[in-house]
Amino acid sequence: MTALSRSFRYAESEVMAYRRTWRGTVITSFVNPVLFLAALGFGLGQFIDGGSEANLSVPFVTFVASGLMAANAMQNGAGDGSFPVMAGLIWRKNFHGTITTPLGPADIIWGRLIWGVGRLGFTLIVFAVIAVVFDALEIGPALLAIPPAILTGIAFTSVITAWTLTQDDGRSLSTMFRFAIVPLFLFSGTFFPISELPEWLEPVAYLTPLFHGVELVRKIALPDADATIVTSLPMWVHFGYLLVMATAGIYLSVKLLDGRVRE
Amino acid sequence: MSESLVQARGLTKKFGDFTAVDAVDFDIQPGEAFGFLGPNGAGKTSTMKMITTVSPITEGKMTVFGLDPASQGREIRSRLGVVPQEDNLDLELTVAENLYIYGRYHDMKKPEIMPRIDELLEFAQLTERRESRVEPLSGGMKRRLTIARALINDPDLIILDEPTTGLDPQARHLLWDRLYRLKREGATLVITTHYMDEAEQLCDRLVVMDQGKIVAEGSPRDLITRYATKEVVELRFGEEVKDQAVLQMAGLAERSEVLADRVLLYTEDSEQTQDGLNQKGIHPEQVLVRRSTLEDVFLRLTGRGLID
Ligand SMILES: Nc1ncnc2c1ncn2[C@@H]1O[C@H](COP(=O)(O)OP(=O)(O)O)[C@@H](O)[C@H]1O
Ligand SMILES: [Mg+2]
Repeated sequence: MTALSRSFRYAESEVMAYRRTWRGTVITSFVNPVLFLAALGFGLGQFIDGGSEANLSVPFVTFVASGLMAANAMQNGAGDGSFPVMAGLIWRKNFHGTITTPLGPADIIWGRLIWGVGRLGFTLIVFAVIAVVFDALEIGPALLAIPPAILTGIAFTSVITAWTLTQDDGRSLSTMFRFAIVPLFLFSGTFFPISELPEWLEPVAYLTPLFHGVELVRKIALPDADATIVTSLPMWVHFGYLLVMATAGIYLSVKLLDGRVRE
Repeated sequence: MSESLVQARGLTKKFGDFTAVDAVDFDIQPGEAFGFLGPNGAGKTSTMKMITTVSPITEGKMTVFGLDPASQGREIRSRLGVVPQEDNLDLELTVAENLYIYGRYHDMKKPEIMPRIDELLEFAQLTERRESRVEPLSGGMKRRLTIARALINDPDLIILDEPTTGLDPQARHLLWDRLYRLKREGATLVITTHYMDEAEQLCDRLVVMDQGKIVAEGSPRDLITRYATKEVVELRFGEEVKDQAVLQMAGLAERSEVLADRVLLYTEDSEQTQDGLNQKGIHPEQVLVRRSTLEDVFLRLTGRGLID
């Protein structure tokens, strides 16, 4: 078997399990993002766009929908890299069984990634369709937003997988969501341009990964985005940031999983 | 000598400064049921993990199917069936799916796997549970499913790490019966256990392991003949008279062991030993005559019991 087919074999097991567990993911993957879009995009948007000081070059709902593509990818990526990894390692221990077959730790990591990308792709398409149906995004931008959002998701999945592989219980995972993912979600430019942040906080936002995901999505998907919407950083900075993050995450995940299961 | 399936020389596993497996030598031949008997912490699981190539060897040499575990692990694993000490069935899959997915991991195609699943479910007596989730199965059923899963690729060597630990006697006997059947069909089994009866019943040949070392090797019969006598007379005394009685027993048996709760007299002829006790006026509260077991071998070799 080639490395690729081994990874796909692992992904098969995830698909099989998902046939039974998908219900538990509907809320976070599909319902929550739409609620955010409805409440903040449409609700708050009407309030803002209607005001005399509307200062974005696109409708607020478009601004939020494009940001949510990346933020949604982060949420899903983080979810995929945390609890299921802890389950395979400690709770269900199926990683330990898998490595007694011809599959190895690298096949598990790549297999999970393949599966994660497939699922994320589907989640993002659903969100994009909803955004189009409700006039938040046009069809072109909605489609263009998907690849950079997927890259964002991969970057998060892989780094969080690596981090999870250094942990021993689920409590630390919840803490990570509370103190890393939620703040990122709120302050990385998804719901308002980071230029609105207090001056001292702005450079901090530049360092955070979701900011680069959100910027990359907007720069690719919203060609008329001007300085009211995105920063002047070149696209390759965002792309490079996410690519380095994904590569480092995958590399570390393989190393760390190897260390955890092959004592 | 025929080609060994597993050959270990000076095989060593260290965790930091701690030596879990200490320079052991063994050879496992095709078609035999080979046992590792030893108490908790003896190093049995560490040895199994090295054989299954999921734990790197610290020192020494080992080949499995003549291959090198460090560089040919994948090839070795494709010919192994592994039943780990701790069940790691996929709880989100059904009984049949657990078998199916391992077939896939072993590069089998669906038309190959499906009839194999039927056979294995039959073998594991789980046919009725085919579509059931794994979670609600009893411990014995989970264990049998784990064994069935290990057989999906028709392995050349089956590794069973404590196959019946934690099962009730009935579930154990059912499992033993399945393992006998595998033996009869000519499978090569490696079994670790801390139950001497399990080792005696299932193993053609075994090594006794203690604190990372192999302290003896042979068939169960061999070991008993070599390290114990045919029979054992077990005596229980009231606390006050025990020490006095022990002093008087010299010469009544080949060897004796004084344990906290009883005294064991190893003898070739229990009648004679009992007569001797009577003549010396020693009257224990309780006398039990039994044949020697691997437990006695272990006691002789290490001065301790198998189960603490
Ligand atoms: N990953 C590990 N790290 C440190 N010590 C270990 C590890 N695995 C096993 N040990 C130690 O090695 C010894 C042998 O363990 P093990 O091989 O599991 O024995 P057995 O299977 O015979 O009970 C024990 O003292 C155990 O605590
Ligand atoms: Mg063990």
